[in-house]
Amino acid sequence: MKILVCISKVPDTTTKISFTDNDTKFNEDKVQFIVNPYDEWYALVRGLELKEAQGGSVSILSVGGADYDPIIRKALAIGADDAIRINAEPKDAYYTASQIAAFAKDKGYDLILFGKETIDYNGAQVGGMVAELLDLPYVSIASKLEVSDGLARVERDVQAGKEVLEGKLPLVISCAKGMAEQRIPNMRGIMAARTKPLKVEEAAEVEALVGIEKYSLPPAKGDVKLIDPENAEELIDLLHNEAKVI
Amino acid sequence: MSVLVYVNAPEGKIAKAAYEAVYYASKIAEKEGGDVHVVTYGSVSDDSLAELGQYGASKVMVCRELSEENDQKLTAIVAAAREKCGAKVIVFSFDPSGKVVAPRLSAKLKAGLVSGATSVPEIDGARFSIRTNVFSGKAFATYQVETEIKIISLMPNSLKPEKSDKKAEVESLSPSLPEAGLKVVERKRQSGDGIPLPEAELVVSAGRGLKGPENWGIVEELAEALGAATACSRPVSDIGWRPHHEHVGQTGIAIRPNLYIAAGISGAIQHLAGVNNSKTIVVINTDPEAPFFKAADYGIVGDAFEVLPKLTEAVKKFKASN
Ligand SMILES: Cc1cc2nc3c(=O)[nH]c(=O)nc-3n(C[C@H](O)[C@H](O)[C@H](O)COP(=O)(O)OP(=O)(O)OC[C@H]3O[C@@H](n4cnc5c(N)ncnc54)[C@H](O)[C@@H]3O)c2cc1C
Repeated sequence: MKILVCISKVPDTTTKISFTDNDTKFNEDKVQFIVNPYDEWYALVRGLELKEAQGGSVSILSVGGADYDPIIRKALAIGADDAIRINAEPKDAYYTASQIAAFAKDKGYDLILFGKETIDYNGAQVGGMVAELLDLPYVSIASKLEVSDGLARVERDVQAGKEVLEGKLPLVISCAKGMAEQRIPNMRGIMAARTKPLKVEEAAEVEALVGIEKYSLPPAKGDVKLIDPENAEELIDLLHNEAKVI
Repeated sequence: MSVLVYVNAPEGKIAKAAYEAVYYASKIAEKEGGDVHVVTYGSVSDDSLAELGQYGASKVMVCRELSEENDQKLTAIVAAAREKCGAKVIVFSFDPSGKVVAPRLSAKLKAGLVSGATSVPEIDGARFSIRTNVFSGKAFATYQVETEIKIISLMPNSLKPEKSDKKAEVESLSPSLPEAGLKVVERKRQSGDGIPLPEAELVVSAGRGLKGPENWGIVEELAEALGAATACSRPVSDIGWRPHHEHVGQTGIAIRPNLYIAAGISGAIQHLAGVNNSKTIVVINTDPEAPFFKAADYGIVGDAFEVLPKLTEAVKKFKASN
């Protein structure tokens, strides 16, 4: 099986978010960047498990500048075979998806895997767009994936619970909790990653469809009002009369 | 400007988030002068669809030929409906169904898509800007959409619909549909008949402070008394004390209920990310230094095992007298 896992670079989850340039840019100063957790924990690890069980290859694809190389090496250390970086700033989801689709078009991947969303822009868009651009079926928020004889069985979240879908490969899938367990790269993996191929490709000409003009932070909370543990009724009264939420 | 709304009605039932999306669309149409059209599919009754008029829809197009949620067919159906009504704005709910169809449609129509919108767009000539949640609830971004057709995915619980007594006209839509690459072979209903967490207005959540899954009775009792959904912190779902769909936070789901009650949760930054857009936060924790108190509106420094049952009693008393 030929598997492509698309990964994104995001600020570490402990990052205190702030902005610069008059609130038009995310402040990257002192920010640690990581592989987007959904991409790493679920898409990549499930891809590796399928390869280990059935043979084939797992390639990493990222759309980004040279600042993406450390997170790409991390994915290689976890076990991917090789990586491609499309050398461009990912301007918006459509721009990014178009780069991925243009690259993947004639390569014969059986599975193109994504995380269900990134933890920075939370768009949940790129996977579905790639599927449309390549005219392939798309499963989003998948929590299980089994493949046998070219047929995939995928469990995904729907409003009322879960659904199990069946379809022939190739497929595009966005992955969520349940798919796999996080893997910590070992020393051997980290050493091997240094020499695994990381190819840099030029970007295709594509227009972005949306842009961010301003950021803001939620208003700071006032001080917490403490209520005596013996006085549950006072809290209920405040929730009703002051906060007006019940 | 006419606005088209995609409504998903699994098993014939229209979700709360879908009513919000229709009402939201009516707020956009109101600004520019135009109608709200709805597109849907499946077996939902004509009467239920006509009721979408109460939320501002004037016309509902329903494709009866499709009975299961299929990404490729739905993209074709929404595109056909858009063609028919000429809408320049298409609204989805930012829920599992919207997350499947909206990105496909965006790529198909080359229409800019903004996910997780929290307020009605500002429209000023060619400028069309929308505020959304980003960084998993830690911040907001204002997007500018450049394309002629615009797609918005609305964050559930972002506005409270007001109803009128209008009725929508219902007509059928039968576009030619592509082959489906995927087939539904099994459906699993969510355990419990509760409210889906992303749509819930009231949420009772608990963390590792509850010590074990056998202790969740007191959490569920408070939730039941309030009519709230239940949620949990990540370690609690990781160790299997609670199902995965209850996990809120940066790597779980982000929610914005009117009331979030957190018992035995320390309030780590990753947890706060998913809940700090809640209107009111109540924290119950034995440790007065727990970081969650800094993000809370109301706090009780105390033992969840004692406080939760007392709250349940107080809620029952309150409900009985109101
Ligand atoms: C990459 C990454 C992503 C993450 N994503 C998420 C996420 O999405 N969501 C999430 O929740 N976490 C997430 N975490 C984990 C997060 O950092 C915290 O570890 C987690 O939220 C802690 O869960 P907790 O508050 O239930 O447990 P603890 O931190 O163990 O806190 C338990 C709390 O209960 C209190 N307590 C104990 N006994 C009682 C009692 N009897 N009555 C009342 N209070 C009591 C304690 O004082 C303490 O504050 C993530 C971490 C990482 C590294």
